[in-house]
Amino acid sequence: MDDARRRFLKIAGLSVLGLGIKPVTDAVATAGEVEITSSPNALKAKRWAMVVDIKKCLKAKKGCKECVIACNTTHNVPEFDNPKDEVKWIWLTSVKHAFPDQESQYAEGYYKDTLQDLPFVVLCNHCDNPPCVRVCPVQATFRRADGIVMMDYHRCIGCRFCMAACPFGARSLNWRDPRPFIKTPLNREYPTRSRGVVEKCTFCDERLAKGLQPACVAACKDKALVFGDVEDPNSEVRELLRKNPSIRRKPQLGTHPQVYYIL
Amino acid sequence: MYNSGKIIIGIIIFLVLATFPFWFNRGVAQAPPKLEVGTQEKQCVESTPFMKANHMKLLVDWRDYVVRDGKREYTSTTGKKFDMSLQNTCMKCHTQKTKFCDRCHDYVEVAPTCWDCHIAPVEPGQAQQAKALRSSN
Amino acid sequence: MLEKALTGSRSYKVWIVVLLAIVGIGFVNYLRQLDYGLGITGMSRDVSWGLYIGQFTFLVGVAASAVMLVLPYYLHNYKVFGKITILGEFLAVASVTMCLSFIIVDLGKPQRAFNVLLHPTPNSILFWDMVVLNGYLFLNIIIGWTLLGCERRGAPPPKWVKPLIYLSIPWAVSIHTVTAFLYAGLPGRGFWLTAIMAPRFLGSAFASGPSLLILFCLFLRKFTKFDAGWEAISSLAKIVTYAMLVSVFFFLCELFTVYYSQIPEHILHFNYLFQGLHGHSELTPWMWICIVLALVAVGLLINPKWRNNEKILPIACLCVFFSLWIEKGIALVLTGFIPSPLETITRYMPTPTELAITLGIWGLGFLVLSVLYKVALTVKEQTGDSASH
Ligand code: HEC
Ligand code: HEC
Ligand code: HEC
Repeated sequence: MDDARRRFLKIAGLSVLGLGIKPVTDAVATAGEVEITSSPNALKAKRWAMVVDIKKCLKAKKGCKECVIACNTTHNVPEFDNPKDEVKWIWLTSVKHAFPDQESQYAEGYYKDTLQDLPFVVLCNHCDNPPCVRVCPVQATFRRADGIVMMDYHRCIGCRFCMAACPFGARSLNWRDPRPFIKTPLNREYPTRSRGVVEKCTFCDERLAKGLQPACVAACKDKALVFGDVEDPNSEVRELLRKNPSIRRKPQLGTHPQVYYIL
Repeated sequence: MYNSGKIIIGIIIFLVLATFPFWFNRGVAQAPPKLEVGTQEKQCVESTPFMKANHMKLLVDWRDYVVRDGKREYTSTTGKKFDMSLQNTCMKCHTQKTKFCDRCHDYVEVAPTCWDCHIAPVEPGQAQQAKALRSSN
Repeated sequence: MLEKALTGSRSYKVWIVVLLAIVGIGFVNYLRQLDYGLGITGMSRDVSWGLYIGQFTFLVGVAASAVMLVLPYYLHNYKVFGKITILGEFLAVASVTMCLSFIIVDLGKPQRAFNVLLHPTPNSILFWDMVVLNGYLFLNIIIGWTLLGCERRGAPPPKWVKPLIYLSIPWAVSIHTVTAFLYAGLPGRGFWLTAIMAPRFLGSAFASGPSLLILFCLFLRKFTKFDAGWEAISSLAKIVTYAMLVSVFFFLCELFTVYYSQIPEHILHFNYLFQGLHGHSELTPWMWICIVLALVAVGLLINPKWRNNEKILPIACLCVFFSLWIEKGIALVLTGFIPSPLETITRYMPTPTELAITLGIWGLGFLVLSVLYKVALTVKEQTGDSASH
């Protein structure tokens, strides 16, 4: 309780500091000069979405994990040896776990022969109607106007309601300090997270702001991952969705995932 | 009134605890620390007095503009443009966190938790990344 | 009045010291959890809530049960409960204290807990749960304390408590309804996605809470001068009987829908509970114990002769309490996560640290309860309201 008072006294001791710290932007805005904008290079969209063309993801069979490594390196995602503490943003899984409700013993032939048992790339679906956002008690996760389901790591209290709400297992809590477990070279441009907050893919909001494609998309040399504006009829993602049949994960739940799969 | 003894002892303990910060630092008038700005640049994002008084609020505003509004560019009153980033802007100039931010914060006894996540610049004498990470506060 | 808790018999003091020790051990372990992170528990990415949230859910029910005393007494003027409503209200205070503690220890960043108030979010059920739980805590503290104070002074209760008492009745229903909604509104969790969740919660709450109260009354009757009177105890037993029957019935309704429709997203969880899934059957023994206890309880309670037998009633109450504790405190939360929506199965086993913290919070609850009951009973002793009429 006396923390604030003590700090106040100390600050008063510093004597240079003014008393009331006014909202900065107000204070400066009266000078009429401060401007908050997004960079002119920033990529913008009405509705960001991703298309995963599994048939192009052939190297995954031989252990290619370029997209995963790129993401982990870009975002300092830790790698734990045990599944209990695991943190994942984008990962590879079997069709059984990517589409658990589509199982059919005969369709399996298609996955086995035509798709050669390819693992499936999965990540946050950036749902249009995201249950995680609905349940978050502090708006630490929220949907941006361009559809990105964002994380505010500064606000998250670690209640894990979002993890219970997400039907795709896209969210991870930092069960312990992640820093000792960052196995990729540290990216000094992007923060880590600390124990007790939930994290997940944010469609590389920080790269989009600089005019770059998401790290996983940029890393995939086979162009199995395509990213763009689904609301733009001329976008590459729309083109792919027009020309190919596509499915989404658990559409029956009404969350409207925005990651589409072409099989 | 029975038990008044206990109540009085309770009140005394409470008063001692409540006033602890006052007498604990009694009479210690430390000189303000010497700060290493860490850059050849002459001017901060805003004027020095403004930064001194308001940098915490400015950082919180930046954080919210970036994370919540998706806006990342700040044009200051001096007309210069800055990427609103703690690691990639503030710390690119103030390259010696321990001799700048930390020194002043130690003096005023605040310990921002930002460095649990945000990565502090590598300073001369603590070259390895692992070390820089571990001495994160 | 609180000073009345400072004096007491030797066994009372020993009891308090034991509880303090349990709380202390729990606290030390909580400090370890704070230092290491929630990874020190058995929870994981797939089973992301565990024992803490289970206990929380169960205890919300116990807290809500105070209404089973308040409602007959104040709305139906059922005088027999007059003497023990305070026990119900203080039980609610202790339970809600435990609930809130379980929430706090479950947070990854407890230092940010105030964000819930700084950024109020009406679309989040957890936000409402915080509102109703804190409200309920304050209502019961204020009501219980005021009434007890008046009783001590021999004064009639002030006018303003009546509306608060009436308010506490729907409020009790709200805490358990809102807690059920935490679970019942999540799209990917078939085990919880059921409209009957809130009614089920209420049914089991009105069995588990009153059965605990009966045990307390019987205990106090035996070891202290306070006698609730057999009529009150037997009325409570009737409440427990009906509530237990209702909750068994609700559970059977659940089973019918799940097993007759055979939708995998729902049935897999129940298979996991009752027979194990893909070689994982950690909860199966618990669940069968739960069922056996429930059946024994129903068998003992339904017969008025047994129910009114002072030797059999406590056994029945223990069966009810532990059966529902397993159902709510363990099975309900964990099974929601097993299998995960992606049909993976992850084992969950609480760690010693987690158990110590859990025990510490139960200890805290019993400490609050013991102190409050001590105060209440001392007041009643002094005003001569403790002997049976
Ligand atoms: C372009 C380089 C540059 C950037 C970027 C920059 N600063 Fe500065 N900052 C300076 C310089 C130079 C000074 C010292 C000016 C002086 O001596 O008057 C300074 C002064 C300050 C002071 C006052 C120190 C004192 O003497 O009391 C604070 C506090 C401060 N900066 C914080 C920040 C924060 C926080 C950020 C990021 C929001 C930031 N700075 C970004 C160059 C920079
Ligand atoms: C001249 C002294 C000074 C310097 C230099 C300084 N700070 Fe501060 N900072 C303060 C004071 C004083 C406070 C506390 C204000 C308060 O308690 O409201 C503070 C608070 C903060 C806070 C908010 C902490 C909290 O817990 O609320 C942040 C963030 C912060 N500083 C960041 C920085 C960074 C980053 C730098 C270096 C680039 C820096 N500061 C340099 C004096 C300084
Ligand atoms: C729990 C980890 C965590 C803590 C603690 C934390 N941050 Fe951040 N912060 C992040 C992450 C991660 C991002 C990047 C979000 C994104 O772009 O997707 C970020 C972004 C930011 C940004 C904008 C982008 C950038 O590169 O800086 C600012 C400004 C910021 N944080 C300031 C702060 C300040 C000031 C504090 C301390 C008071 C703080 N943060 C504490 C994790 C954290």
